[in-house]
Amino acid sequence: MTGNDRPSPETFLRQAAQEGRGRLKVFLGAAPGVGKTWEMLTDGRQRREAGVDVVIGVVETHGRRETEALVHGHEIIPRRDVDHQGHSLGEMDIDAILERRPGLVLVDELAHTNAPGSRHPKRYQDVEELLGAGIDVYSTINIQHVESLNDVVASFTRVRVRETVPDSILENAEIEVVDIPPDELIERLRDGKVYIPQEATRALTHFFSKSNLTALRELALRRAAQAVDAQMLDHVRSHALAGSFAVGERIVVAVSELPVAAELVRAGKRLADALRAPWSAVYIETRRSRGMTDEDRRQLADTLALASRLGASTATVPAASVVEGLRAFAGDARATQIVIGKSSRPWWFELRHGSVVDQLVRTIDDVAVHVLPGEPAAKPGQPRVRITVPGRWGRPADYIWSLVMVAAMTALARLLLAAIDLGNIALLFLVPVMFAAATFGLRAGLFAGLASSLAYNFFFLPPTGTLTVNNPENVVSILVLLGVAVVTSQFAARVRAQADLAQWSARQNAALASFSRQLIAAPDQDTLMHAICAEVGRLLDVRTALLLPSADGPMLRAAVPPEDRLEQIERAAAQWAMDNEQPAGRGSSTLTASDWLFHPLRTTRGVLGVLGLTRDDAREPVRSDQVPLLMSLLDQASIALDRMELEEASLRTRQVDERDRLRSALLSSVSHDLRTPLTTILSAAQEIRRNPSAQLAETIETEALRLNRFVSNLLDMARVEAGALPMKVEATDLFDAAASAAHDTRASLLGHEVKVDISPNIPLVRVDPVLLHHCLINLLDNAGRYADPGTPITIHARRAADAISLSIIDQGPGIAPGNEKRVFETFTRLEGSDRAKHGTGLGLAIVKGFAEAMGLSVDASNNEDPRGACFTIRIPETLIITHLDDKDQP
Amino acid sequence: MKVRHKVLVVDDELHIRRLIHAALARADYAIVEAESAREALELLREERPDIVLLDLGLPDRDGLELVPLVKQQSDTTLIVVSARDATDQKVAALDLGADDYLTKPFDTDELLARVRVALRNRMTRDGGMLSVTAGDVTIDLIARTVVKAGREVHLTPKEYAVLAQLARHPGRVITHNQIMAQVWPHEVEHHVEYLRVLIRTLRQKLESDPQQPQIISNELGIGYRLRSVSETPGDELGRAP
Repeated sequence: MTGNDRPSPETFLRQAAQEGRGRLKVFLGAAPGVGKTWEMLTDGRQRREAGVDVVIGVVETHGRRETEALVHGHEIIPRRDVDHQGHSLGEMDIDAILERRPGLVLVDELAHTNAPGSRHPKRYQDVEELLGAGIDVYSTINIQHVESLNDVVASFTRVRVRETVPDSILENAEIEVVDIPPDELIERLRDGKVYIPQEATRALTHFFSKSNLTALRELALRRAAQAVDAQMLDHVRSHALAGSFAVGERIVVAVSELPVAAELVRAGKRLADALRAPWSAVYIETRRSRGMTDEDRRQLADTLALASRLGASTATVPAASVVEGLRAFAGDARATQIVIGKSSRPWWFELRHGSVVDQLVRTIDDVAVHVLPGEPAAKPGQPRVRITVPGRWGRPADYIWSLVMVAAMTALARLLLAAIDLGNIALLFLVPVMFAAATFGLRAGLFAGLASSLAYNFFFLPPTGTLTVNNPENVVSILVLLGVAVVTSQFAARVRAQADLAQWSARQNAALASFSRQLIAAPDQDTLMHAICAEVGRLLDVRTALLLPSADGPMLRAAVPPEDRLEQIERAAAQWAMDNEQPAGRGSSTLTASDWLFHPLRTTRGVLGVLGLTRDDAREPVRSDQVPLLMSLLDQASIALDRMELEEASLRTRQVDERDRLRSALLSSVSHDLRTPLTTILSAAQEIRRNPSAQLAETIETEALRLNRFVSNLLDMARVEAGALPMKVEATDLFDAAASAAHDTRASLLGHEVKVDISPNIPLVRVDPVLLHHCLINLLDNAGRYADPGTPITIHARRAADAISLSIIDQGPGIAPGNEKRVFETFTRLEGSDRAKHGTGLGLAIVKGFAEAMGLSVDASNNEDPRGACFTIRIPETLIITHLDDKDQP
Repeated sequence: MKVRHKVLVVDDELHIRRLIHAALARADYAIVEAESAREALELLREERPDIVLLDLGLPDRDGLELVPLVKQQSDTTLIVVSARDATDQKVAALDLGADDYLTKPFDTDELLARVRVALRNRMTRDGGMLSVTAGDVTIDLIARTVVKAGREVHLTPKEYAVLAQLARHPGRVITHNQIMAQVWPHEVEHHVEYLRVLIRTLRQKLESDPQQPQIISNELGIGYRLRSVSETPGDELGRAP
C-alpha cells in the first residue's frame, strides 16, 4: 500500500483476482455448538429455493436430527475414501465437485485437516481451488481456528488447536457471525446438543466456561467487524474515494529460529491489520546461523512460511550482526515499526554481548520498536532449545595445540629466566595466549590464558612449585593474561565472522553468476534447458527435471540425470504447479505424495514451465536455507527461457520480413523481366505475319533467349533459397569449365572477346561442374552487360598459397565504391545501372548461392589499370586435388 | 541422297512437332510423328525410321523407359530431345543407349547438325570407320596412328584408347563411364580425375590452343565428344541452360 490515498495497485490486483473467482461466505462461530452448520444449511436451502444450483461438498451432522433434516433435499457429492493406516476416511471429493460444477457448494469445517494422500493437506486449500474454479462456497469455522488469533485464544482457554486457517482466506470472504449468548450455549452443552469428540471431553469442560465463551464471542464479533471494516476500506479505495487511513506505515518483524518467533509473526500480523500496513518478516543471518540444527532450520522455515501465509513478505538477510542487518533492512524497507522479541538470555550474557534490543533502540531513529516477551512460560520444564554452535567450543585439537604452545613457552621461559626478569616472563606468555585466541577462538584463548597463568604461577612465581601467589602484583599479571585472551579472541572472532560471511556471500554470488553465464552461453532452447537442470542440480545437490506445457499436459524436456518419464502423480503435480503458478509436490502444500517438488518458472507473460527437484533419499528436495538461492535461480532460469523464446520469435519475424521483401522484389522483377521480352516477341511475331523480315526474327530470337535465361535463373534461385541444391561433386578441370562457359555465352557476349588465362599446371578441383558452369556464365553475362563495348573479358585462374582464385575480369566502369558486398544480394541492381542493361538482379545472387553451396567464396572488387570490375571465385585448399594418388574421395 | 532418311518425331507438344517438322522438311527428310509412347512403338515397327527424336515427358510413359525398348526393337539411332536439363538425366539416357541428347529450348540448326552426325555415324558404322578427321588432326583407326598437321603425334596407349573411342563415334557424346570402362577395364571404381588428366595431356598434344579446345569438347558432368570435320563451331550455337 502506497503512501497516498489513491487506490493502490494492490487493490486493483486483488479485485482483478476476484473477477471470475467464486465467492466465499464463512459462518464464524465463537465455539462449537453455536449452530454454524445449521445456519449454513438454512442459508443454502434459501439459495436453492432462489434457483441456485446448490450441492453439499461435506457436512458433519454429528447425528443431530434437525441438522440431518436440513441436509435432506440437498444434493450431496459422495465423499472419496482415502485409505489411511487401515482406516477408511471419507474426504471431500474435490474432483467430483469440479466436474459437477455447481453454483454453490457447502463445505463444513474450513479448518479441517485432510487425510494424508489427499491432494491438499488442508480443507481450506480445497476451498481455494473451488473458488479459483469460479464456484461459490459456504463454509464454517470457529474463532480459535483463525491463524492470527490462535495465540490469543490459547492464552486464555489453555487449549491450543493445531488446525488453523490463514487470515487471508477470511479477508476476502463475507463473514456471518453465528452468535448465541454464552448461557444458552452452556445450556445446549448440558443437554448434549453439542458434539464433542470423546477424547477431548475433559479439556473442553474447562473450555466451555462462561468467561471463556464471553471472551471468544467478543473475539468473533470483533474479527467480523474487522473484516467488514477491511472490505469497506477496499471498496473506498477501489472507488477512488479519499479515505483517511493510516498511510506510510511499514512493519518489520524480526524472527529467529526459536519457536517463539511464530508468536512474533502473529503479533506482527495483528499490528499490520490494525494499521492497514504492509509488513515483512525478516531473518538476519549471522555467523551463528550456520550452527543451526536441522530442527532449527525447519522451525525457521515454518515461521517464515507462516508469515508468508499471513500476508507478509519474507526475507533472509545476511549480516555481520543482528542489529546491523536489521537496521539495514529496516532502512531499505522504509520500516516505521519493528517487532522484536525480548531476549530471554541471562543478564550476564547480555552484559557481555550487549542486548540486541538495547542496541537497536539506541542506534535506530524514526522507527518504533515493539519488544514482545521472548520466551513465554508456556512450556515450563521443557528444556530450552540451546543454540549451540559447534564452532564455538572448537575441536579438542585446538585445546591440545594451545596447551602445547603454553608448554613450549614455559620451557623457553625456563631457559631465558637467567637473562630476563620475572615481569617480562609474563609478557612472553602473552604470545601463546594471543595466538590461541586469534586462531582457535575465545574458549581456546581463555584456556590458553588459564594454562599460561597456571604455568607462570607454578613454575615462575615464588614460591615456585606451588599455585600460591605471594605478591599481589603477580595477581595483576594473571588477570592481564586472561584479559588479553578475551580481547584478542573477540577481535579475531569478529574479523573471522565477517570473513566467513563475506566468503559465504561470495560463494552464493559466484554460484549465481556462473549460473547466469551458463544460461547466456546456451545457443538454443534445448541446451538452455539442459543447462538449467544441470546447474540447479549441481548447486542444490538434487536431481532436476524441466517440463514445458504442451497439448498433452506437461512434457519432459530436460532432466539431469536423464529421466525417461514421470509417474502419474508427478505429472499431476507438475500440471497443478503450471496451472496455479504455485509450487506443488513434496515439501509444498499440494500433492505432497509426489516424490518431486515442482516450482513454476514465472515471467510477466505467465508460467513458461516448471522445474522439478527431487532427492534420492527421502528428505525434502530443498533445505529451507537453500530456498532464497533456489528462488534466485528460478528467476534467472525464467528470464533466460523467456529471453530465448522472445529471441526465437523475433528471429522468425525477421525471416518472414526478409521473405516478404524478396517476394515483393521478385514480383516486380518478374512483371518487368518477363513482360518486356514477351511484349517484344508478341509484337514482332504479329509484325512478321504481315511483313516477313530477318531483323524481326532476330529480335524474337534474342528476346526469347533472354526470357530463357531469366527463367533458368529463377529456377536456380528457387533452388538456392530452398537450400536443396542437388550436388554432384567431381574432379573438374578449370580449362573445361572456362571453355564451356565461354562457349555457352558466345551469343550474349557479342562484341566481347573472351580470353582464357589459366596457368597450364593448374590442379583439378573438386566441385559440381554444372553449378560452377552456372556461376561462370552468370559472371560472364554480367561482365558482358557492364563492360565497355569491344573490350575483352578475361577468365583468369591462378594457384595462390592456400587457394585457387578464378576471376572474371572486364574493362568498364567497374562497381561503385562501397557496393562490393551488395552486388551479391538478391534483386540488387545498383544505382546508376539503368534497366536498359537488362539485368535480372538474380545472376550474382545465384553465383553467390551456388558458390557457397560448393564451399567456395566469391567477392567483387575493382581493377585500376585498365579500369573494370573483377569478380573472383575462391576455391579453398580442401577442394584442390593436389596428388592424384590420394584416392581420398568417397 | 537418293533415299530420303526417315525421322520419327516423338513429342506430345503439337508446336514442337510442327517446329521440328518444318526444320526437317527444309533439310528434305521424310517425317513421321507420334504423340505417345504407345504410338511411337507402333510406328517404330511399321515405319522402320532411321532416326528417332524422343521427348522424355510423354503422357503415357516416361521417355527414359522407352530408350532401351527402342534400342532393343530396332537398330535406329536415338536422339533424346528434352527439357530435362539435369545432368543425371542426360547420363542415364546416354548410358541406357541413347546416341545423343539435346536440351530444350534448342536451336533448329543444332538439331539438324546432330541428326546429320548421327546419320553419318550410322552409315559408316557397318563398313567400319577407317580414319576420322577433326580439325587438323587425323586419327587412323587401322594403323593406330594420329597425325596433326602432317606430323605424327606420339600418344601413350591410354591416351590413344580414349581418343580412339571418341573417334569411333565422332560428334557423339561418350559418357565418362563409357570411356573409363573401356580404358580402365579392371578398375572397379572409376575416378574421373584420371580421365581429366588424360584429356588434358591429349589436348596439349592435339589442340592448337589447349586453353580453348576445338577438337575434344567437354559436356559438363556427362562426358566428351570429338568434334569432327563436318562440324564447324558456328552450327552448334549452344544455349546456356
